[in-house]
Amino acid sequence: MIKSFKKHLGILGTVGPTVLWLALFLLIPLIYVIGISFLTKNAYGGVDFTVTLSNYVSLFQSEYGKVFADSLWLSLETTVICLLVGYPFAYIIANAPKKWKPFLVLLLMLPFWTNSLIRTYGWNTLLRTEGIINHFLQWLGVIERPLEMLYTDGAVLLGMVYALLPFTVLPIHTSIEKLDPSLLEAAGDLGAGKVHVFTRVILPLTMPGIFAGSIQTFIPSLGFFFISDMMGGAKTMYIGNLIKNQFLSARNWPLGAVLSIVLIVITLILMRLYTRVGSLEDMA
Amino acid sequence: MKKQRRIHEFKPGSVFYACLIYLFLYLPIFVVIAFSFNTSKMNITFEGFTLEWYGRMFENRQLMQSFFNTIIVAGVSTVISVIIGTLCALGLYKFEFKLKNVLSSSLYIPIVIPELVFAIALLIFFTSLNVSMNMATLIISHVTFSMPFVVITVRARLAGFDRSIEEAARDLGANEFRTFMRVTLPMISPGVLSGGMLALTMSLDDVVVSFFTAGPESTTLPLKILGMVRKGVSPDVNALSTLMIVGTIVILLTSTIIQGRLERKM
Repeated sequence: MIKSFKKHLGILGTVGPTVLWLALFLLIPLIYVIGISFLTKNAYGGVDFTVTLSNYVSLFQSEYGKVFADSLWLSLETTVICLLVGYPFAYIIANAPKKWKPFLVLLLMLPFWTNSLIRTYGWNTLLRTEGIINHFLQWLGVIERPLEMLYTDGAVLLGMVYALLPFTVLPIHTSIEKLDPSLLEAAGDLGAGKVHVFTRVILPLTMPGIFAGSIQTFIPSLGFFFISDMMGGAKTMYIGNLIKNQFLSARNWPLGAVLSIVLIVITLILMRLYTRVGSLEDMA
Repeated sequence: MKKQRRIHEFKPGSVFYACLIYLFLYLPIFVVIAFSFNTSKMNITFEGFTLEWYGRMFENRQLMQSFFNTIIVAGVSTVISVIIGTLCALGLYKFEFKLKNVLSSSLYIPIVIPELVFAIALLIFFTSLNVSMNMATLIISHVTFSMPFVVITVRARLAGFDRSIEEAARDLGANEFRTFMRVTLPMISPGVLSGGMLALTMSLDDVVVSFFTAGPESTTLPLKILGMVRKGVSPDVNALSTLMIVGTIVILLTSTIIQGRLERKM
């Protein structure tokens, strides 16, 4: 009796605060989002307690279809570029001489210890029409008039790739590290060429890393509104900016809630696909 | 053996590619730092070296306030995250209870869902309770996304933990508290430290969640910069950003070194 009381006290004292915290500041707020998605926006930017499905119906307006298509496309482009650029990079780090490896990984992490907005601001400075790169190119005589680089879709893509590259590289790096070199030797001894070893041995064995890296790139990219704010010219509207606007300028919270639910659903579908091939533990 | 060595050496092509990527990663940081020493007020060309902006930034009240807010939020939210996160990891390690799996999976929710979603969830939640955004709402939000990382990191450390050492301590007459302080805590300290550093970086790096849960009086440095970018940013912002970059890197490098020492002691 006393022992079980003590055990319960122990459980409460250790996991209790976390459970309480997650319930209060994560689960209840998420339930609020679902709740508000069924309510009606009133004229003052607030919410009336009239239950409706109209917010969900308005999702099917063509303008939102374009926003979703553009956002998913941007996230896909970001993920593919991060994979193509990041895989060889992860491979090089993983195969570097042993004493160099920790240093190279640290060098990869270092920029990401500093604020992402400050770094994006750095790109903003570089790409401006009157910015450093244009100045430099004009000084070299390569171009006569400055190029319009900032506030384009390309700049947004650059910002996204920049912000997310390490999230692609690190899981891939981990899975390449786990590769057993004797497998590669065996494949080589059995007559497989370099290309064959890569496509038949290395690539399949590092798939968990590729999947984890893709998920960790794709999902955050959907919500990074500040990158499209700083790098994009507001010509293309992305889902993150659309959600942000519903809470700031448009003051249509129910619609913002519905859009967030769409983001959650996309995330859940991707996670569902992911857990078929990898484990949650690889994500953290 | 020979084959082994061949894999682990630098090839010129690889070195060139890696350097290119590192350049890409560091370029914007160098730009921010370089322009903090520029005599020109415009971030276009480098005209001359000056330390003027490092003095000027102190005159910019709002800017300094946002900088201090950033530090306070990061510090306080890290301490809270480390305390309740470590407790939770210990509880998950020590006890078996109903819904344990539910709790362990719930910890991944803030990690996998886009920050934007729970940022607006918290905004809706606080607003509906008539709480206006202030430092407290900001700190609460930061703890919510950083605490799970502490739990997961400390838990990973505990997974490799030899329970018999704790038992030995108790057999030798140490009570539970003493056992915890002298055996368990030193063993998990590298995990606690790296969890804490993760929480600190997450907080310092955050833009999205702070954007929605900070009030006008509790704006952070990144939010301040976001507001200024379209109109043009003055170099004192670069100076302060440089301080923040250098400060973060120094703190984290130090902790990486301490962590290495702690682990070697084990």
